Amino acid sequence: MSSAQQALAGPDVSHRLRRAPWRRALHGSELAWGVAFLVPYAAVFLAFVVYPVAYGLWMARDPSLYGDLLADPRYARTVVNTALYVGLGVNVMMFLAFVLSGFFMRRRWWIKALLPVFILPWALPAIPAFVSFHWMLIGEEGLINSLLALFGVQGPLWFHDRGLALGSNVVASIWKWLPFWTLTFLAGRTAIPQEIYEAADVDGASGFRRFAHVILPLLGNLYLVCTLLSTLWTVGDFTTVSLVSEGAPAYSTDVLATLGFHYSFDAAQPSLGVAAVLSALPVLIPITILLMRALHTRQVQL
Amino acid sequence: MSTITAEARLTAARTASHALRAVRRRRYLETAGTLLLSFVLIVWTIVPIYNMVMISLEPEGDVFTDHIWPRVWSIESFWGVLTQGHWYLEHFWHQFANSMYMGAMVTILTLAIGTLTSFSIGRMRIRYGWLVSNVALLTYVIPASFLAIPFYRIMQNYGLANNLWSVIAALVAFATPYAFFVFQEYGRSIPIEVDESARIDGATPVQIYLRIYLPLMAPALVAVGTYAMLLAWNEYLYQFLLLSSKSSMTVPVALAQFLSSDQSPWNYMMATAIIYAAPPVIIYYAFRRKMTAGLTVGGVKG
Repeated sequence: MSSAQQALAGPDVSHRLRRAPWRRALHGSELAWGVAFLVPYAAVFLAFVVYPVAYGLWMARDPSLYGDLLADPRYARTVVNTALYVGLGVNVMMFLAFVLSGFFMRRRWWIKALLPVFILPWALPAIPAFVSFHWMLIGEEGLINSLLALFGVQGPLWFHDRGLALGSNVVASIWKWLPFWTLTFLAGRTAIPQEIYEAADVDGASGFRRFAHVILPLLGNLYLVCTLLSTLWTVGDFTTVSLVSEGAPAYSTDVLATLGFHYSFDAAQPSLGVAAVLSALPVLIPITILLMRALHTRQVQL
Repeated sequence: MSTITAEARLTAARTASHALRAVRRRRYLETAGTLLLSFVLIVWTIVPIYNMVMISLEPEGDVFTDHIWPRVWSIESFWGVLTQGHWYLEHFWHQFANSMYMGAMVTILTLAIGTLTSFSIGRMRIRYGWLVSNVALLTYVIPASFLAIPFYRIMQNYGLANNLWSVIAALVAFATPYAFFVFQEYGRSIPIEVDESARIDGATPVQIYLRIYLPLMAPALVAVGTYAMLLAWNEYLYQFLLLSSKSSMTVPVALAQFLSSDQSPWNYMMATAIIYAAPPVIIYYAFRRKMTAGLTVGGVKG
């Protein structure tokens, strides 16, 4: 659990109200230092965020590029894949993370011992992990099919079927990121004071009613923030698809990030590649606005 | 009178024992359920990791055979990586040093730029400072992978092609907004009066930053430092795109080279991947306690 996750999770309203800035106004050398401290970030932001974004928008400025995209059946299929990959992956992962965070709240020694093991996929670098998924599923000799054969089941050729290949990508991405979100929800659950559970208990709320009337109102906003953040990160996911299914079979499981890469480097049409990924902006901008609002809403005040 | 009390006592005892049995049965079921779930989670977490280890321990050429246990155990591949004994791995240590350098630089710069900016905005409360942190969040509207192509062009303009600093710059730009968020959340737990009194005693902003702010922020520094390092270690696309020369190559690029051929020595690739995975796993588990120690202050207070 990092303090970052705690920061996401914590209902931290009180400090904001009673904080005051340095009482005397900044002046002279202090103001100069204050500005000087901002200079490094301003430089990084201009050189490596503003410039690339402006450059990207400029590259994709020609409206005819979007006509080309719509005419390409690969683009339409990729949009569907991306929607499936993000919609399925994020929602299943968030639901599992939420349920598992409740599981990890239990006070059994083996559950406590399990947590450090469960976190391993998050600490493990993405590249080896996804390469391993690729090898586990490839052909008839992969580990999964060998395991299935033990039970007399003939495993499918995972990367020869679009649905299975897409599913493999989703499972691999859930495997990698589930621990991170579980820890975030766990931090959120531990931030709920024990007295609230006890009060609910006294009032006779347990099981489903405790969940609906106590946990959900307290953690609902956190769930929303995490879902939106995870959606933004998953839309831009290049590594999973490019290493697990590698777009197989026949580029039918590509997502926007990998399609943009193919257009730019395999087809030598960088402008088309940039146009392909930037076509997601009409979806990304509302999500970011929602996220900023949700971040300001914070939790229900205790 | 006495018979009634005896009967009542008997029924009371009977219902009590019934209730006790029900409670006990429910506890057994619960234990069985949590044990089962723990088992499923262990299998889910371990299988892809086991697959990596299994392939790495097989002699070359045994990968494409149907089994779940290596027929011959051999650490030849690990030895090969460590001694650069295969032509795919001629520059392994150089690549590893590049990865370490990149991870270290991304961590240090993210911490330095992140704390300087957060100090100016959050502690000195420079005018319009809030604008900086809000604008920084816009970095996340467009996912990093979507900017890869413009970034590739820009790096050529900056003369940073095949230079580790191109990737370091990109990663720092993407890690800092998250760092601001964590630092400002965490900074709220440190009373502003601490800065005030130092200021009255004549401390300059630089002295306050170095002697008061940084030491008090230590837990948040650990959390963000780990985050930045894991980000650098997980990153694939930018390194793959921007670093292709022999001298600038990092381990992920070297792993991608294995993938570009069908005839690669897969056991060597997996051994490389496992060795590459070791540093973040070790660092994560070494700092896990410290991270949780810093948590309780940040967000738990309601």
